[in-house]
Amino acid sequence: MQLTGGQAAAAVAVMAAVTFLTRALPFLLFDRGERPPQIVLYLGRVLPPAIIAMLIVYCLKGVTFASPVGWVPPLLAGGAAVLLHLWKSNDLLSIFGATALYMVLVQGVFG
Amino acid sequence: MNQKTLAAAFPVTVPVLMGYLAIGMAFGLMLQSAGYGVVWAFFMSLTIYAGSGQYLGVSLLATGASLPQVAFLTLMINFRHLVYGLSMIEKFRGMGPRKLYMIFSLTDETYALLSSAKPPEGTDEHSFYFAVAMLNHSYWILGSVLGSLAGSALGVDTTGVDFAMTALFLVIAVGQWKAAGSHVPALLGGVATLISLLLAGAEDMLLPALGMIVLALTLMRPGLDGMGDGKKTKTETEKKRGASSCS
Repeated sequence: MQLTGGQAAAAVAVMAAVTFLTRALPFLLFDRGERPPQIVLYLGRVLPPAIIAMLIVYCLKGVTFASPVGWVPPLLAGGAAVLLHLWKSNDLLSIFGATALYMVLVQGVFG
Repeated sequence: MNQKTLAAAFPVTVPVLMGYLAIGMAFGLMLQSAGYGVVWAFFMSLTIYAGSGQYLGVSLLATGASLPQVAFLTLMINFRHLVYGLSMIEKFRGMGPRKLYMIFSLTDETYALLSSAKPPEGTDEHSFYFAVAMLNHSYWILGSVLGSLAGSALGVDTTGVDFAMTALFLVIAVGQWKAAGSHVPALLGGVATLISLLLAGAEDMLLPALGMIVLALTLMRPGLDGMGDGKKTKTETEKKRGASSCS
């Protein structure tokens, strides 16, 4: 540990305050009781699928093509999540199945 | 909030339960190995409550970063939250004191659930949202505490368990894809983020990606406005996606 307990606690407090600020700002700016501008409402509608797609790419940022272990497990497990979900529409099954497959692949097959 | 509301909210949150236990445990393990025990894990998850932000926090604590550095890096990694709030302004209106907690607890996953899940018949929608938010927060705290404790006790190989988060986002995307009036926003989000990854690199990809997405969607508004959210489209698609709780 490089920090004293007090310094670490201060760092945690700053992280908490800044994180809350990023969440509260849209409400401070646009939540005055009147309807937010049309453009804001429009973005609120079309952003969710774009953001989820962004987060998927972000989750997969560690994929590399230098060796199979870098891309085959995420490709197979990701494909399994999508196919399982198209097939059964069961969140638990899709997530459990894909994660278990991924763990087997990175620990066993490619480990 | 009563038991009935909790019981109605719980099934919707199960995917997040799994994702948060997994990712929270990984956080607890990392924090433990950086020299910060279970009390730190508990309080960080209670007060910060941000997945990628807390992962970053572990390295900030471990390297002894200065407070301005901590503030700036936390701001960067959580910048996307600015956008999440926009979608929730209408939903949280009229929630009274609970609204403050709703804003505090607006994580990626809670955002995803709230933007898609519908409260069952006979459940007060605001109590339902509140229950979803509280359940998710408690899973996150539980996961980090368990991970921290396991870090000092067990030797289980959890390599790859963090894929649960990727799988969760994929599942949400499949549900959104089936329900969407237009697939342009989803495709745009993926392509813009890939471009950002290639240009800015893995460390700094989120901010440029978010900028490109917001800019492109704003420019495309004449073509897209009303497509994804026409009243007719909405009621039809909501019936169709009833089977999937988180999308």
